[in-house]
Amino acid sequence: MTSIDLDHDGPLLAVAGLTVRFRLPDAVVHAVTDLHLSVRPGELVAVVGESGCGKSVLAHALLGLLPRNATVTGSALLRTGAGIRRPPPLDLLACAPRQLARQVRGRAVGLVPQSPATALTPVRTGRRLLVETLRAHGHTRADAPTAADRLAADVGLNPADLDRYPHELSGGMAQRLATALALAPDPPLLLADEPTTGLDRPLVDHTLDLLRRRCDAGAAVLLITHDLVAAQRVADTVAVMYASRIVEHAPTEALFSAPEHPYSAALLDALPQRAFRPVPGHPPMLTDLPAGCAFAARCDRATEACRVQPAFAAGRAACHHPLEHSQVHAEVPA
Amino acid sequence: MTRPGLAAGVTRPGLAACQVSASYGTQRVLDAVDLHIAPGETVGLHGPSGSGKSTMARLLALLHRPDGGHVSIDGTPVTGIRHQVPVAVRTRVAILFQSPRAATDPRLTLADLIAEPMRAIGTPPEQVRARTAELADTVGLTADLLTRRPHAVSDGQLQRACLARSLVHRPGYLLCDEATAMLDASTQAHVAAVVGEFQRRHDAGVLVISHDAALLARWADRVVELP
Repeated sequence: MTSIDLDHDGPLLAVAGLTVRFRLPDAVVHAVTDLHLSVRPGELVAVVGESGCGKSVLAHALLGLLPRNATVTGSALLRTGAGIRRPPPLDLLACAPRQLARQVRGRAVGLVPQSPATALTPVRTGRRLLVETLRAHGHTRADAPTAADRLAADVGLNPADLDRYPHELSGGMAQRLATALALAPDPPLLLADEPTTGLDRPLVDHTLDLLRRRCDAGAAVLLITHDLVAAQRVADTVAVMYASRIVEHAPTEALFSAPEHPYSAALLDALPQRAFRPVPGHPPMLTDLPAGCAFAARCDRATEACRVQPAFAAGRAACHHPLEHSQVHAEVPA
Repeated sequence: MTRPGLAAGVTRPGLAACQVSASYGTQRVLDAVDLHIAPGETVGLHGPSGSGKSTMARLLALLHRPDGGHVSIDGTPVTGIRHQVPVAVRTRVAILFQSPRAATDPRLTLADLIAEPMRAIGTPPEQVRARTAELADTVGLTADLLTRRPHAVSDGQLQRACLARSLVHRPGYLLCDEATAMLDASTQAHVAAVVGEFQRRHDAGVLVISHDAALLARWADRVVELP
């Protein structure tokens, strides 16, 4: 990985060597291991992988939302402010909880949550939630209500539905409200953790396109999703995560047409648009990862060499035996 | 075994909704809809949000009473909902929900979750243990996972446990209500494969509800569109 360069058009967020461990009474969960990732303004990076591979832990680590039994190492530098007198980048992993709460969450970094039903206060109407948020971010009493209506329309929510309480909203409407709340402060970095779960296709597309538009307007977006089709639709680059590590990070087009890591290829083959064939075997337990490549046990290309953890040395996949492009047979197109 | 006086659809073996209607308050979501799932058949149900897909599943699973029309199981019209229907009839239909977290008791281990429907009808403990292990193996849950509670497993692992639970009584009909919507591609394909294998072995009818047209095109024999 290249050294972290936080100059003018450098990344807004640069994660280096992020490692997260959870201590359990009788084991240690290796949730994220040595993760490097950067997101520039105007760039949409997707992180995909099977459930339980550590995707969501990544988002929670960046926002300081991990439980107490977590140990975090590495750095996650977030550029704040602009101009010559801008403050030095903030290391999200070393921030005091107070600073995270006051400067980061909801301000510098907006979170589109996975489960809107648990993210919304049940005792406030959508309008009150939105207006409160807008007021906290500099809108005046006079213009906050119009801004709330505009934001609601932006996310595809009928402004009339804003007068409902969260329990009166359908899953899709609640998700759009949560998205509007995340967008309200106009944060330079958006973290979207499974933002489309439980939405139907048109709404999924709507939400994704909304993120894409924010991105094109200059925001940096980190999209964490299990939905490969969603990542393909909007991401500039896609990072494939397996058993706590990123195993391949490539431009979206390249990853979908010619995956290099055998795991990426197997995951794509599981799509109903392709072979609809599950990745053989089971993912390893994060409490008991092998010393070498964690995918070796499920991989038909594995050899002795795979007993050693592969590096990203050459190419974009961390694999001792990456697929050559010519070997990737063309599957049924989507 | 045609019985005079009943509509033709009723006498066919299979799980059928006959002219069912359902409303929530004044909002009518299903208006005299017919649906038939034959043994061994996989029917896809597709439609936009709010078109009544989940309501249809809940009617067929006898969780809701229709406002009009009726559900019939293998030619026998059913009146009443879950607990009012004899065990032998209601265990013919099993349902797998979208959100396993909302569908499971957080206090039960995955093993207890799978075993509960057997204990409920007084299956001897050794049979319960054997069948739980067999089902866990079928859906791909390791012994270590079976001792955990829902909060300590991923959505994919929990949905596998729910699938095992739904297959406990070897239902004749399995309703998958967006059961794979929150799963990754590999787990989705695996769940579909396990359901398909069970279906072949027991000649079960399967209803797959999804708003993913690509999934239905791949999984279902035919797709019914709800407006």
